[in-house]
Amino acid sequence: MSDLINISVGNAAITALMGYAVVFLGLVLLMIVVMILGSLMKKAAAPDNADKAVETVSVQPQHHPAPGSAGELKLYDTDPRDAAMIMAIVADSLGKPINELRFISIREVKE
Amino acid sequence: MDVLGTLEKLVMESGFAGFFMAGGWKNLVMIVIALVLLYLGIAKKFEPLLLCGIAFGCLLSNLSYFVSLGGENALYHPEIWSTFLDASSPYYHSYGYIMSHAGLLDFFYIGVKAGIYPSIIFMGVGAMTDFGPLLSNPKSLLLGAAAQLGVFAAFFGAVLLGFTGNEAASIGIIGGADGPTAIFLTTKLAPHLLGPIAIAAYSYMALIPLIQPPLMKLFTTEEMRKVKMEQTRAVSKTEKIIFPIVVASFVILLLPSTAPLIGCLMLGNLFRESGVTDRLSDTVQNALMNIITILLATSVGATMVAETFLNIQTIYIICLGLIAFSISTIGGLIGGRIMYHVTGGKVNPLIGSAGVSAVPMAARVSQDVGRKYNKTNFLLMHAMGPNVAGVIGSAIAAGFLLSVFG
Repeated sequence: MSDLINISVGNAAITALMGYAVVFLGLVLLMIVVMILGSLMKKAAAPDNADKAVETVSVQPQHHPAPGSAGELKLYDTDPRDAAMIMAIVADSLGKPINELRFISIREVKE
Repeated sequence: MDVLGTLEKLVMESGFAGFFMAGGWKNLVMIVIALVLLYLGIAKKFEPLLLCGIAFGCLLSNLSYFVSLGGENALYHPEIWSTFLDASSPYYHSYGYIMSHAGLLDFFYIGVKAGIYPSIIFMGVGAMTDFGPLLSNPKSLLLGAAAQLGVFAAFFGAVLLGFTGNEAASIGIIGGADGPTAIFLTTKLAPHLLGPIAIAAYSYMALIPLIQPPLMKLFTTEEMRKVKMEQTRAVSKTEKIIFPIVVASFVILLLPSTAPLIGCLMLGNLFRESGVTDRLSDTVQNALMNIITILLATSVGATMVAETFLNIQTIYIICLGLIAFSISTIGGLIGGRIMYHVTGGKVNPLIGSAGVSAVPMAARVSQDVGRKYNKTNFLLMHAMGPNVAGVIGSAIAAGFLLSVFG
């Protein structure tokens, strides 16, 4: 213990190298664990996707085209480019396709 | 009634007279330092949520200790904490002794000493962090590891400058760019250095947008900086729920000393991702985090008393902190360059600098610098992977140092 408190330069160098190696080792092992977890999740999701694909094929005759825009979007002090970004962000946050959402108006809030 | 005698007594007992007593000037200097830190926090917006509390804690501590000359009215008593840490004292590790002699800021400091506040802050960080980018690109964990280079380089540098092993370990962790981890480790290993180390850690975190870009330019070529990275895969909800459980189990089993930090980080993340504890997630992210930030900042500031702060060691710590930050950034960039070459130019090395924790500031810097060289580049989500990996990496580095020196 006292050796470590009044640590020599040589011991400090070894400790520093060992510490950096431990951090790498820990994170490399964690990377492997996360990769395995990811591949297991993909495999688990694969049959579901296959089922969904079959369902999609079977219901295709009744499939309606995407509804596209559901009416007029009113913009107040907002340019169309910003509006498009806002709608994309909202759709992404909600995890829903953008054509399933209806935006009525977008207004810039001025302080 | 002796009017003159009474007036003289009042004057002599006032704090103002204390400035002219032996060592009084030191407290005056500390008060000026507190005011400078307040200026940096309020006017320059350097980590204001923490710096304002730290600065005001420093101000209160020095004013009250100074006025009462360490007496009953002091808000913080460094001498009772020295007794607490003195193995030969009958009050060694006696919280009862602390409680019976404590001022307000001593009570606050108990939470720092016991490692409660940094752990709860980590819980809040976990609740605010989306580990999705890391899950979609697990290789970014390597950049989080590479960017811990500064921790160990500064540790070595501190030993060369004559610091003890415990002090050097606490100084080195500044390179992890993670305030709570730095406070947690320093409280365990070198509590007398808590003030300067906390100030260095938070000041440099605030200065990341100034410190990192020149190094990013220096260690990457223009061609590398222009690399546009591919969209990462979508991560399922189940993966996000399993992740904190796996990481907590794995890292704590690997390095048990990381349990308080990693355990709380992942608990907060589980609150966020589980989808059934929204109220808890909201409380941890907002109310609890804010309360603990107030207590942590003021009590850390309170430890900045003249006796321990005004010495050459503080200057060394400030310099070593800057070196640690810079070397960590360089380590991440070198890691990024290696990944750039290994992947045949698919990884933009700028995301490597985000491997220092400082979430999300370091990732934003990667994004800003990347966009400067390629307007269509959007590196933020790619940089968030190494950024959150850096949080785990710095906790592992702290765990290692705690195992060796604790």
